[in-house]
Amino acid sequence: MLASVCRDCLLDSRQDAGGRCPRCGSPRLLSHPERDTLAIAHVDCDAFFAAIEKRDDPALRDKPVIVGGGKRGVVATACYLARTTGVRSAMPMFKALKLCPDAVVIKPDIEKYRRAARDVRRLMLGMTPLVEPISIDEAFLDLSGTERLHHASPAVTLVRFARRVEDEIGISVSIGLSHNKFLAKLASDLDKPRGFSIIGREETLERLAALPVSVVPGIGAAAQARLAAHGIRRLSDVRTMPLTELMRVLGREAGDLQRLSRGEDSRPVRPHRPPKSVSAETTFEHDRSSFEELQPILWRLCETVSWRLKRAELAGRTVTLKLKDAAFRIRTRTTTIPPTQLATRLFEAAQRLLKAECDGTAFRLIGIGSGDLCGAAEADRGDLADPDVERLVRREAAVDRLREKFGRDVVQRGLALRPQR
Amino acid sequence: MKVTVERAALLRSLGHVHRVVERRNTIPILSNVLLRGEDDGLRLKATDLDVEVTETIAADTLQTGATTVPAHVIYDIVRKLPEGAQVSLETTGDTGQMQLRSGRSRFMLQTLPESDFPDLAAGELPVRFTLPPAELKRLIDKTQFAISTEETRYYLNGIYFHTIAAQGATMLRAVATDGHRLARIEIPAPEGADGMPGVIVPRKAVAEIQKLLEGADQDVLIELSPAKIRLTVAGVVLTSKLIDGTFPDYQRVIPTANDKHLIIDRDDFARAVDRVSTISSERGRAVKLSLSDGKLTLTVTNPDSGSATEELEVDYDATPLDIGFNARYLLDIAAQLDGDTALFKLADPGSPTLIQDRDGSAALYVLMPMRV
Repeated sequence: MLASVCRDCLLDSRQDAGGRCPRCGSPRLLSHPERDTLAIAHVDCDAFFAAIEKRDDPALRDKPVIVGGGKRGVVATACYLARTTGVRSAMPMFKALKLCPDAVVIKPDIEKYRRAARDVRRLMLGMTPLVEPISIDEAFLDLSGTERLHHASPAVTLVRFARRVEDEIGISVSIGLSHNKFLAKLASDLDKPRGFSIIGREETLERLAALPVSVVPGIGAAAQARLAAHGIRRLSDVRTMPLTELMRVLGREAGDLQRLSRGEDSRPVRPHRPPKSVSAETTFEHDRSSFEELQPILWRLCETVSWRLKRAELAGRTVTLKLKDAAFRIRTRTTTIPPTQLATRLFEAAQRLLKAECDGTAFRLIGIGSGDLCGAAEADRGDLADPDVERLVRREAAVDRLREKFGRDVVQRGLALRPQR
Repeated sequence: MKVTVERAALLRSLGHVHRVVERRNTIPILSNVLLRGEDDGLRLKATDLDVEVTETIAADTLQTGATTVPAHVIYDIVRKLPEGAQVSLETTGDTGQMQLRSGRSRFMLQTLPESDFPDLAAGELPVRFTLPPAELKRLIDKTQFAISTEETRYYLNGIYFHTIAAQGATMLRAVATDGHRLARIEIPAPEGADGMPGVIVPRKAVAEIQKLLEGADQDVLIELSPAKIRLTVAGVVLTSKLIDGTFPDYQRVIPTANDKHLIIDRDDFARAVDRVSTISSERGRAVKLSLSDGKLTLTVTNPDSGSATEELEVDYDATPLDIGFNARYLLDIAAQLDGDTALFKLADPGSPTLIQDRDGSAALYVLMPMRV
């Protein structure tokens, strides 16, 4: 008889009570032959933004709730009720409302969600210091070696954690537990919401075989199409293919894909994963196509990215411009520049990229990102071909100090004030 | 067209012109060299639309005319012909081919019509002056290594030539920088160069000019406008577009008040830098220079492979200083210094350092320090 822990009353027993908890009678039992030997978890908050809104306004409890911005915006989160109509994250709002006309649309209150996320993170850190946040509402955890501290296996500790999140924060989480990050993430997706899934070592290959290649992070539509053209659709196809042949189809990614297809993933859970890029983007109320219209928006985004870089003491070596046209096609253009965190330098590069793209196409979104990050100390320091840089650094620092004191609008470049249509 | 030329003359000329032809071309005609048989000889011309090289060589023209053939192919053929051979080139009327014959070898080459061959119209070139080849070569040699390959700042992808009034004389200056290092050299401006526009000669043209100057003994004629430059070196004419951009105000980054002076034997220094940098990784090539009274310690630390130090006796009596530089850049500059003894003028670990020959020279180098 396997040990099973009740996810409601937390009783850990070996008694058989017909698939129900011998104490409270709940059917939500967690048991697995490898339950107490696995330690890598992926925790995902269920419909995070919507769950918080429902928590704060009980009147919303039985209504479909969509959190997202404006008429032209996209769905940030839809509650599970709304998802039953087909609404999905990142779907344009008008489309979502067509699918689910009764939905209550709520403008996101990011500050509120951040507070809740901090509470969740605090509980996670109570289990292990090895918490790697991936986004505001999900994280990887490594609970290896915490058994004696918690007097329980990682699985049982996680069950208690899920219960505490519900009791203390008022939202629910789904948990995946396995022996590496890739499988943990896969597991947390298997049973949502309020789920807890385990993928053990023994069953790894068998569980993966039938899954489509799209479950692997980084295998997007383009890679899927290329693989499909070679008859590769499932992870079992990838596993048996000679690596050289896979390389021919996929290039450098091939090795990673093949390892993951065998359920091998050696990436450790890193508590302080440095950001890979810093970016900002905005969707317009009305499509815009002319360079003159887009330029002031681009400048403001560059200021935002610059401010974030400065705050994190980072600088970037690449500038990426992102545009989405009226037909939702995304264009990204990247250029390399000497490492910088200055808005002016980001803007100069971004502007050049933008100019080349303004061919009359109507755009609905513009974004700018700074990538290939390095420490701020390596940036914007005397470059022999750029004698103005010191003055620029001082100027932006002075503006930043003013803004810190009196708000963002206290000093503006004339460009930012150009009247908008 | 029907001409006969000596293999040696044809090979030398093809050697000059075929190099501007890019190996991979999307426009077929740009893979070809233009051959034009005229009464005074055979004219060859090649271009990549930015640089154009033409040369006329002695030939026996039996029938005037012109055609174009693949540049690298004809170069390879002529290269493999025996020394002292005579080569005959003849276009065949209707097949669009050119026959190349030499001794008992015969080649048929596919041609493209001469009328398709682009012309890099030079337009008016109002500024004209001449320079001894050695002078021009020196201007290029001392600065070329600092040319940037960064695409964003395209205006750094060449050598900036301009004139400047200094102490009552006009000087012709060549400057190049990639932001990390800067090289500047000047010579008295030749007659006719005064008032020339400042021009940025692109990297590729610079390399071609350098090749043409090898072994040249006659003065080089230089003609230019704000958009184009033309050099005539011993019968070879090279025309190039100039980089359309503004070279940065480099004068402001050349330090004038650096008061910590280091005097050092150039070769000892270069060898020591080369030795310690063996340990450095590909990415971080920083070498730390620790200066104190009469002593320089070079240190390289690479977390992956270990560390290295070397001490040198030097002439230094300012306050102690630790400063880091890219080893590669130090070696590049040391290789360009003419004298045996180098003079470093330093300020602090974050500011540009000036490097020159101790005994004064027309060239100076500025190097940005690295964090160590």
